Amino acid sequence: MLSVDALHVTYGGAVQALRGISLEIPDGKVVAVLGSNGAGKSTLLRTLSGTLRLHRGRIDSGSVRYGDVSLGGRDAAQTVRMGLVQVPEGRRIFGRLTVEENLRAGGMGNRDKAAKARARDRVYEMFPVLKERAGQRGLLLSGGEQQMLAIGRALMASPKLLLLDEPSLGLAPRIIGQIGEVIAEINRQGTSVLLVEQNATMALGVADLAYVLDVGEVSLSGSAAELARTDEVQRLYLGHDSDEPAAAEPLPGTRKTLSRWTA
Amino acid sequence: MTQFLSLLLNGISLGAMYALIALGFVIIFKASEVVSFTQGSLLLLGAYSIARLSEPIGFYPAVLVGILLTALAAFLIERLVINRLRGAPVISLAIVTIGVDIILLTELIRRIGSDILNVPHPWGSESVRIGEVGISQNRLIATGVAGVLIIVFFAAFKYSSWGVAMRASAEDGETAALMGIRLGRVSALAWIVAGALAAVAALFLVGAPTPGVSAAAYTVALRAFPAAILGGLDSTGGALVGGLLIGLAESFAAGYQDQLLFLGRGFGDVVPYVVMIAVLLVRPSGLFGTKELTRV
Ligand SMILES: Nc1ncnc2c1ncn2[C@@H]1O[C@H](COP(=O)(O)OP(=O)(O)OP(=O)(O)O)[C@@H](O)[C@H]1O
Ligand SMILES: [Mg+2]
Repeated sequence: MLSVDALHVTYGGAVQALRGISLEIPDGKVVAVLGSNGAGKSTLLRTLSGTLRLHRGRIDSGSVRYGDVSLGGRDAAQTVRMGLVQVPEGRRIFGRLTVEENLRAGGMGNRDKAAKARARDRVYEMFPVLKERAGQRGLLLSGGEQQMLAIGRALMASPKLLLLDEPSLGLAPRIIGQIGEVIAEINRQGTSVLLVEQNATMALGVADLAYVLDVGEVSLSGSAAELARTDEVQRLYLGHDSDEPAAAEPLPGTRKTLSRWTA
Repeated sequence: MTQFLSLLLNGISLGAMYALIALGFVIIFKASEVVSFTQGSLLLLGAYSIARLSEPIGFYPAVLVGILLTALAAFLIERLVINRLRGAPVISLAIVTIGVDIILLTELIRRIGSDILNVPHPWGSESVRIGEVGISQNRLIATGVAGVLIIVFFAAFKYSSWGVAMRASAEDGETAALMGIRLGRVSALAWIVAGALAAVAALFLVGAPTPGVSAAAYTVALRAFPAAILGGLDSTGGALVGGLLIGLAESFAAGYQDQLLFLGRGFGDVVPYVVMIAVLLVRPSGLFGTKELTRV
């Protein structure tokens, strides 16, 4: 179980990105974190994955614990070796490396050769297209394929907890639906997932629990199903007027994001 | 024709040495995002160590220790200086490496003084003839050794985990870190390899037809720098092509000096820079580079 308690994070000693958030990711669950642009979602993931320092960010107070280990002072490489692996926002695949080399890079934190071979088989089974494209450079893949590669690459480290930063970003509804299924499948195979999203429909569809982040604070939390019924989530994330009947359920996978913030 | 072939052969051999040094520049740049000017003093350190140790411990052990010492020095520069300045502007880092270079160079020159230290290459200073064409045995062996090293280097860069980690971190450091790749280790290893390559180049560059180790060996590395830049500072293939190009240009300019007299005496010494400037005017990021130096 991962637990975050009263976490405050600032960038450059000035910008307060997280103002005392607390949340929990129980083992074996999918937890969604919703929030609009600038809510602090990526900051939360950077804190967990140990890359905050690369952005001149700092934990001011509060704690992050994984099991009974504090993640506070750990760097990215140590976190990966503990089983926490992040898929970064915007996919960030290595465009000049081949698909296979991308997967190899993903397995670098994993010393166990046999585990790596198993992970590769699992990735190729889950994403057959990656096997077909194994020798191609990453930048030649489509956006959806790149997202599959980004997820596959993270799976190469055999994560216990997978951190996903907006995997639906910029993808077509059909692909977003597939990503939702992939996340559910990864979870079924025993990996906990922290899913950061603006696409509430997909996220609440696969998550067990959910939190809503608002300018660095948790404004709502609960089971995903409950949260999907609240007025605020309906209105802000699922695109309903609060007095409209919930019958106007959006098509699965459509991207309904927060209109307040989207440009 | 014979003169042409001879100059060609010597140019390739010289170019192979430049390529070794230029590869060092390039992998340091890729792994640490530092334009490192330390290669000159590292080269001299390698040459000096081999020359000094040959007498007490014998030639081949001296070569081994010399290479290890140079690699160690490069490693220490990375750990004690470069790594601690991670995130500093590229230009400040470049100037820091110039500072380190001057410190190391000054100490080495103080030790060498005005002497020319002899390196007792077992293959001596004889020349061999291939048909009509003559080349010093030293240069011939150098070409062979450099050729093998370059092949091993490129194979490792393409196929080994080190190579994959290196290329991944060069492309996107933060994402590489998210994969559990230790950026500090990748960078340190690049410096070690660069140091070792410089020492190997040094071993041959101070042999025939060069009389031995003097402070002048330092300027050789200064000619490898244009080789790295004209190939493209972030391209290993570019370092190889750039090295060969500079080696050939230098060899031909020196060989046909009499015909090139209108360009002034000593044109051979400046030709690497002339070639570099000409290439950069046409392709600002070098022959195979992807990052423009203006953005560095
Ligand atoms: N490297 C940084 N330096 C300074 N401030 C930053 C940095 N990264 C993020 N911030 C600030 O921290 C706050 C939270 O940003 P964060 O990237 O965590 O938001 P987010 O929820 O991931 O947004 P998005 O949906 O746009 O990705 C914002 O106000 C942002 O401007
Ligand atoms: Mg974000």
